Amino acid sequence: MDYFLQQLINGITLGGVYALIALGYTMVYGIIQLINFAHGEFFAAGGYMGVIIISYLAAQGVSPVLCIGLGLGLTMAYCALLAMAVEKVAYKPLRSSSRLSVLLSALGMSIFLQNGLMLTQGVYDKAYPTEMTAGGFEFGNVVLSYMQIYIVLITAGLLVALNLLVFKTRIGKAMRATAQDKIMSALVGINSNKIISLTFAIGAGLAAAAGIMVGFYYGSVNYSMGFVPGIKAFAAAVLGGIGNITGAMIGGLVIGMVEIFAAGYLSSEYKDVFAFIILIAVLYFRPTGIMGENVDDTRV
Amino acid sequence: MIQEFKKRWASFGIGLIWLFIILWPLLGIKPEGFEFGPTIALWSKLAVAALCIMIVYELNIRGVFDGAKKVGASLADGTQKVYSAVPQWIPILMVLAFALAFPAMTGRYGHDVACNVLIYVCLGLGLNIVVGLAGLLDLGYIAFYGVGAYTYALLSIHFQLSFWMSLPIAGSLAAIAGCIIGYPTLRMRGDYLAIVTLGFGEIVRLILNNWMELTNGPNGLSGIQRPGLSWLDPTNGFSLEHLWVKKVWMYYYVILFIAICTIIAVYRLNYSRIGRAWEAIREDETAAELMGVNTFLLKLLAYASGAVFAGFAGAFFASRMRFVSPESFTFLESAMVLAMVVLGGMGSIPGVILGALALIALPEVFREFDLYRMLVFGGVMTLMMLVRPKGIWPAKRVGRRSEEMD
Repeated sequence: MDYFLQQLINGITLGGVYALIALGYTMVYGIIQLINFAHGEFFAAGGYMGVIIISYLAAQGVSPVLCIGLGLGLTMAYCALLAMAVEKVAYKPLRSSSRLSVLLSALGMSIFLQNGLMLTQGVYDKAYPTEMTAGGFEFGNVVLSYMQIYIVLITAGLLVALNLLVFKTRIGKAMRATAQDKIMSALVGINSNKIISLTFAIGAGLAAAAGIMVGFYYGSVNYSMGFVPGIKAFAAAVLGGIGNITGAMIGGLVIGMVEIFAAGYLSSEYKDVFAFIILIAVLYFRPTGIMGENVDDTRV
Repeated sequence: MIQEFKKRWASFGIGLIWLFIILWPLLGIKPEGFEFGPTIALWSKLAVAALCIMIVYELNIRGVFDGAKKVGASLADGTQKVYSAVPQWIPILMVLAFALAFPAMTGRYGHDVACNVLIYVCLGLGLNIVVGLAGLLDLGYIAFYGVGAYTYALLSIHFQLSFWMSLPIAGSLAAIAGCIIGYPTLRMRGDYLAIVTLGFGEIVRLILNNWMELTNGPNGLSGIQRPGLSWLDPTNGFSLEHLWVKKVWMYYYVILFIAICTIIAVYRLNYSRIGRAWEAIREDETAAELMGVNTFLLKLLAYASGAVFAGFAGAFFASRMRFVSPESFTFLESAMVLAMVVLGGMGSIPGVILGALALIALPEVFREFDLYRMLVFGGVMTLMMLVRPKGIWPAKRVGRRSEEMD
């Protein structure tokens, strides 16, 4: 029972992280029908920028809470800028060309960013100052670390903020309108280019937050850490019904849980396989995902 | 005109500022404090390069290069005319003669690079069937290469089966793997297909990495046999001698043989009824189905026949390295092969060969920039999509998928 509870806690933590990354995929896909392959790299860039900023602040003697808060905010802003630049360079000029071209351009961008990170930060892992968040509660054999609480709280906060933004503000309305019909929304005066840029920025910001939290959770970051979580988060987005924000959150949690439980009860070597199998099974049996409406046939 | 000009330079300036903002935190923030030196050094280099490109672009718009362009166009026209006047077999023969004579002209290092190029030519042509002809975007193609390589490795280590016996087995096992992967993805198109094939590719890699009893996990398998050849030996009365392929130039001829077979096979497939049906599926799947094309069978066939060539290439790779490990079959390799097909020109055989040459041989020339190789590779991939999405040597008959027209 203790083991189960422990796995449940770990699953929720990991699921929250996947949910944050999946939101970027889902929002971008919802608005321009593109799998943004470079999204995993925003996550990795976020992890690196987090360790850079936080270790600088820590060296200046700033208190840990402020360190993490400032680090989170600045990193999200940085990755938002990075994502807007990537969108401008690699996706915007291709808006009207074939899907394959955009996909390959995204793939190229992903490789480019990954190697850019490697060249500027080195091939070795960079360690996070995990002593900042060390400790936790213990209930019998079940450990609930502070970091896990932080992750859940920060994730929940960001998700609520995103929901408020998308469903309660004018910007969110414009985003939803653009996702539904670019031409019509342009006719009523929505600048779709700006909205697309903004979507990229928000998605990358969330991925960056996930990057910092993963960095703290596992203690280190690596330049190539974006690829696998990126694919798993995409699986989460598909599972939830791509283009659907609530779906991405649920999908993220499900994928996180499945991974942790599969690793705990079935086989830890093959834990990565399960996310892929879910992805394939969902696409095969229910291509619209759990929460998705019927997308037209050509998209599937 | 003036407005356009201002707009261009304004966005150029903003771009440079943006670049600085992105670069500086990566290079300049250290726990000890802020640093500006390295960032400014790098940034100014990039800025100067960008400025040069901008100036050339500006001059181009002003029409400074019109004269040169005219000369270039007439030259290209002339060569085109000469090329079409010469019967097709002459350039093919010339290339073939060059390929045959190649080992005599270069050293060991050259043979090594040539072997690599030819392996990727086989892979590229195989993927070309799936992506270029049938229009099924496959990001897990390298899995079949892995299947081929491991098949030969296992057969050679456990059963001492010869290379040439294993080759068809490797090809058919890869084809079966192709069918297994192809079958569930037949209902999907476009992006979803891409991501699912990526997932399959990763699954295969993870299996190779974790199935310790069979594949020896991340340590890989070693002690794989070389290919052998029967050789007419004139020394003591023309007897058949068995000869192990030992030197790199001999490997070169083996892979050249496989590559030529692949080229002929892909060419024949392309211009057969099956190839036409694939092209029909690529252009418009629904219409093709309505016209009586069995899309189910043909898509599966595309996967299987694409996989066969990857299987051959994999078997050769295993015999060439005499060692296989899961590290050779990562997603990046898939991306690399896909990049060859796309950069060279989808659906075009000379294009794919050119693409393989460009992506494998060119980086060897710039060996000292090895660190930047993948960076440049990613950048070039994006850049090519922006400026020349059809590739270096585009296929003659490529349309657009009807569902993308809107």
